[in-house]
Amino acid sequence: MNEPKRPESNLENGDRRSFLAASAAVAGSAVAPGVLLYGIAQAKPAEEAVTDKVRWGMLVDTTKCATGCTDCVTACNTENGLSGKTGPQDSQWIRKVDIKNLQTGAQHTLPMMCQHCEHPPCVDVCPTGASFKRADGIVLVDRHICIGCRYCMMACPYKARSFVHEPLTEQNPEVPRGKGCVESCTFCVQRVDRDQSPACVEACDKAGHKAMVFGDLNNPESDVAKAVKAYATTEVRGDLRLNTGVRYQGI
Amino acid sequence: MARLSSWLRLAALIGAAAVLAAPSFEAAAGADKPKLEHGKGDKCVEDTDFMRRNHMELLKHHRDETMHQGIRTTKYSLKQCVACHASEKTGSVAATKEDFCAACHSYAGVKLDCWDCHATKPMAKKPGQAEAQAEVKASPLMPNPQNGGAKQ
Repeated sequence: MNEPKRPESNLENGDRRSFLAASAAVAGSAVAPGVLLYGIAQAKPAEEAVTDKVRWGMLVDTTKCATGCTDCVTACNTENGLSGKTGPQDSQWIRKVDIKNLQTGAQHTLPMMCQHCEHPPCVDVCPTGASFKRADGIVLVDRHICIGCRYCMMACPYKARSFVHEPLTEQNPEVPRGKGCVESCTFCVQRVDRDQSPACVEACDKAGHKAMVFGDLNNPESDVAKAVKAYATTEVRGDLRLNTGVRYQGI
Repeated sequence: MARLSSWLRLAALIGAAAVLAAPSFEAAAGADKPKLEHGKGDKCVEDTDFMRRNHMELLKHHRDETMHQGIRTTKYSLKQCVACHASEKTGSVAATKEDFCAACHSYAGVKLDCWDCHATKPMAKKPGQAEAQAEVKASPLMPNPQNGGAKQ
């Protein structure tokens, strides 16, 4: 099949320049004096592909995670257009889980979602290649390729994936979702690509708990890399040696 | 007999050449064209003729780049198509048969399933979020100077 010929790229460069200029102008006007704007300095240009120099990860401090608080779940539902119902056929990208050690009586509550494994079982079993890991470590489902077989749901040790059973309408333009595909936490990839942290992390900070830290595990200067270096942290089902991107502290 | 079949073959060749040579678009010029709502887009990212024939290839190429490589340029993105071409009446590209995408696709009888998953309406601006894309207060790439990344 013939590739369509793209009218060539001077125009594209011009566009890029004017886009950058425009966004710089917006940034300048939007920021109050004294507010530092790290995002603009660090943001990946839109036309650049993600690389494996970055590995996105998260640390959840279960000692700060509040019992009964579901702000992360609500924020996830709002950001990604989920219904918020918790029935067997409803999508849940993040759940609050309460755990208790019966021997010691120690109780913890924590959010559980896709752990963005380095060696994701869901990717191993996917027969079509729809389930994949992006270079920066985020595990995603390409719905254009997903046939809805749900092998990945069975393979995932974290029960992180959901299947969309019914037709959907009024999706968030940034988060396309539809019937017949498997889906799961994306680390809010649409936000990460413009250098914001995931919605759950933002909500947790806003609620004052600051139990979730998100960042680049490969960057020794990042909050999350410093924290996993300084404290004892746990992978859930570490015995599977999946090298999860999400780690827990205090369990 | 052999002579007759060679004549036939020649005739078929001439016929086929005539069909191939006729530019299909001009041939259709006499027919009714679909009536469609252009939305606010008065100038597309490429010329109309190019877009008519190739928009699906551009979209497919861009979709794979965005999905797998995180390339989020807006020029060929479906979201940007919708942002410009959403009808002023319905606010959508596929709510009625006059809306931009639906008009041609129903005319040509080509089913498209983009809208099973993708939104047909542009992003609603949330209050105070007009410049959201640029207004980033803290980056996960950078250490937070307030607590120096330390945890209690």
